[in-house]
Amino acid sequence: MRLCVLGAGAVGSAVVELAAEHGHVVTAFADSESAAVDADGLDADAVRSKKRDDGVVGEADPGAVFDADYDVLVEATPTTLGDAEPGFSHVERALADDRHVVLANKGPVAERYADLRALEAESEGIVRFGATVGGALPILSTIEDVGPSRVSAVYGVLNGTANFILSRMAAEGLDYEHVLAEAQDLGVAEADPTFDVDGTDTALKGVIVANVLSDGETEFTLDDAEVEGIQELSGSMLDLAQEDGQTIRLIVEVADGAVRVGPRLVPENGAVAPSGTENAVQIEADYCGRLGITGRGAGGPETASAVLTDVERLAD
Amino acid sequence: MSEVHNDVQAYTLRLELVDEPGELLRSLQPIAEHGGNLLSIFHERGNVTPRGYIPVEVDIEATPDRFDNIVEGLSDAGINVIQAGTERYSERLTIILSGHLIETDLSDTLTQIEATRNATVTDISLSAPAGSIDVSSARFQLAAASGATEEVLAAMREIADEKDLQLVEPLTVGGRA
Repeated sequence: MRLCVLGAGAVGSAVVELAAEHGHVVTAFADSESAAVDADGLDADAVRSKKRDDGVVGEADPGAVFDADYDVLVEATPTTLGDAEPGFSHVERALADDRHVVLANKGPVAERYADLRALEAESEGIVRFGATVGGALPILSTIEDVGPSRVSAVYGVLNGTANFILSRMAAEGLDYEHVLAEAQDLGVAEADPTFDVDGTDTALKGVIVANVLSDGETEFTLDDAEVEGIQELSGSMLDLAQEDGQTIRLIVEVADGAVRVGPRLVPENGAVAPSGTENAVQIEADYCGRLGITGRGAGGPETASAVLTDVERLAD
Repeated sequence: MSEVHNDVQAYTLRLELVDEPGELLRSLQPIAEHGGNLLSIFHERGNVTPRGYIPVEVDIEATPDRFDNIVEGLSDAGINVIQAGTERYSERLTIILSGHLIETDLSDTLTQIEATRNATVTDISLSAPAGSIDVSSARFQLAAASGATEEVLAAMREIADEKDLQLVEPLTVGGRA
């Protein structure tokens, strides 16, 4: 497939780097300021080093990518809330041109799911977004395979940064502020970790799952989720949990048409208490009971591999 | 398999008695008559129900056959049997509350939790690192009536809201308590 990659952050860059390995060609690549287009396929190393050294991916205007020859738009610009722009307009343009879309950006599927599905219905193109929930973990594809109508609940840990902080607080008996600073030093937490620790990122993923499960019957957005973060937790609360064989994790629960995110007491060595930056999700479905998926969720190459898996499914 | 049927089990009976002298004794007679072994009696004299009855919780040991006779005997004697069986308080729940627990009167918080329908506190562990003026945390172990987990958690949220305490709930989705 010929890919047009929008967004030159960790995920977009990794898609450009790994595309050839998966048998795909990147014909266009853009960040918010600039673009590079080549119908024969871009040189992945050249555009990535140009971005690193000069701060731009190429000499073209970002809008030029839509005129390039491509089969799949990979939308990997930063997630935005509310109108989900500019990501949503990028998707709209690609679908209007009857191209497929693969999202790494959570905004369009979390905040404007109904609009997105309406545009898709008018287009020859198909939208896939497996990378938006749990990165490389096959969470949405498992739900798709089992059948959304047979899934009664999805719950677990979907934010590696919050999980790292809580597992360190539990292991070392340290307080939140201390561990957050450590996580920032290690590059596990961003300079502004707000969305990771206040539950917003986890909630967006929960909302996406809820949209998939409801299959268009009810539209969910971030406003429909009940969200609580981990900023107020103390080391002594984790100690109290531990004395009882439990621990505290930032858990999303999607069940009975509701999305709830907050710190929850869970069994210390249970299925939804992964260590470090791992994610862990349980899917409850008719007939097959409880399915567990655990592993490294986020990260550039991990999420890029999920994007390329979606591209693969479109090729089939 | 007849031995299985004759196995002695513990049962909890929840009764509501008319507030008159001799009622407690009258309620215990069918238990003695039908061979039940009394383990404990919790007479909640100060906790009259809205209809003016006095709740009494009686724990007994009996074989299943005898237990059935006891319940029948109580009904025949005109005693209100609210709950009979082993099912009550079958779900264990742990919550953590954090905040100005001591300033906001821990014993009042405990009383409020105890007053919650369908739940009883079985254990408390308090952690107050910096004395009583600062933020402290406590773990409460609750026993909830079967099927009442959501109702009990909703009551805990209300108590936490009212006292401006942070509540960490257990994960209960999919029947995990």
